[in-house]
Amino acid sequence: MDVLVIAGTEDTPQVVLDAANAKFEMSGRSLPEDVTSFYKPVFEWLAKVDGISKMDFHIKLEYFNTASSKILLDIFSKLEGLKENGVDVTIVWNYSSDDEDMQEAGEEYSELVEVPFKLVPFD
Amino acid sequence: MEEVNNFGAKNENMTFVYELQQLMKANDVILVYEGYFSQEITKSVLLMTERKFDAEQLDSNVKKKIFNVMVEVLQNICKHQFVEEHEYLDTPAIFMIGTVGDDYLIISGNPLLSKNVDGIRERIDRVNKEDKDGLKAMYKAARLASQISEVGGAGLGFIDMARKSGNQIEYRFDNINEHVSYFTLLAKVSSNQSDGE
Repeated sequence: MDVLVIAGTEDTPQVVLDAANAKFEMSGRSLPEDVTSFYKPVFEWLAKVDGISKMDFHIKLEYFNTASSKILLDIFSKLEGLKENGVDVTIVWNYSSDDEDMQEAGEEYSELVEVPFKLVPFD
Repeated sequence: MEEVNNFGAKNENMTFVYELQQLMKANDVILVYEGYFSQEITKSVLLMTERKFDAEQLDSNVKKKIFNVMVEVLQNICKHQFVEEHEYLDTPAIFMIGTVGDDYLIISGNPLLSKNVDGIRERIDRVNKEDKDGLKAMYKAARLASQISEVGGAGLGFIDMARKSGNQIEYRFDNINEHVSYFTLLAKVSSNQSDGE
């Protein structure tokens, strides 16, 4: 599968989707002006997933805007679809241990999404 | 104000600079930006404010709440500063952040078509009626139903502002002319909210 790597900036996250190295991660800040075009390659990559048996999808965001919050939900829905197609998907929500809002955001997604969901605080 | 130097006396508007500085100081204004808003401006405003907060050792949760509210307010202006008609370009949008006691005030002003006033008023009033749990439920439902709009919004900004700020959103509308109104919004983030809510 193609490897998708997008370098992070001050308003967009770093994205690494790399099946060969079993690394699936989005980290940093997500407040792009145009979420649809920023996340387009992510959805394209997800649509082409093939031959992956296990996927620990890591989210490690510091901030995200409301439009990104909607997009994250859409990404998780796609992961749900992958799970239904037999991929062993787990969403790993990493949040700074002192960040109440990011913890709560993770809890809210976990209530909505039918995919194993791990909340992992970090220092 | 007593004039000490008069090298600028030819330009009487120069007294305005000191008056503005005094006004900002008296009202604890941290930052004001007026004019055209873009993502680049948004990033700059965020960066300047963050640097200032870092220097002040503000609680990281409060800092993030302020940052979140600022992002939503600034991106709202970016997306909605020009709507359909151009007649109000001489009344640009404004953003400011300041403090009153323990509260951080995030304020925006922008022109909009008067026909949109009722809809906005209704959306904010609906948000303001909800308590913390009500807002949480409202956010969840709205996000599920949300479609990213043409200008890139998810329609969740007001709910998020109220959730993150922990306070009602204050607003007013002023008539500029027959078609155009000026929309002022104020979100208040309290810095002494360590009561676990």
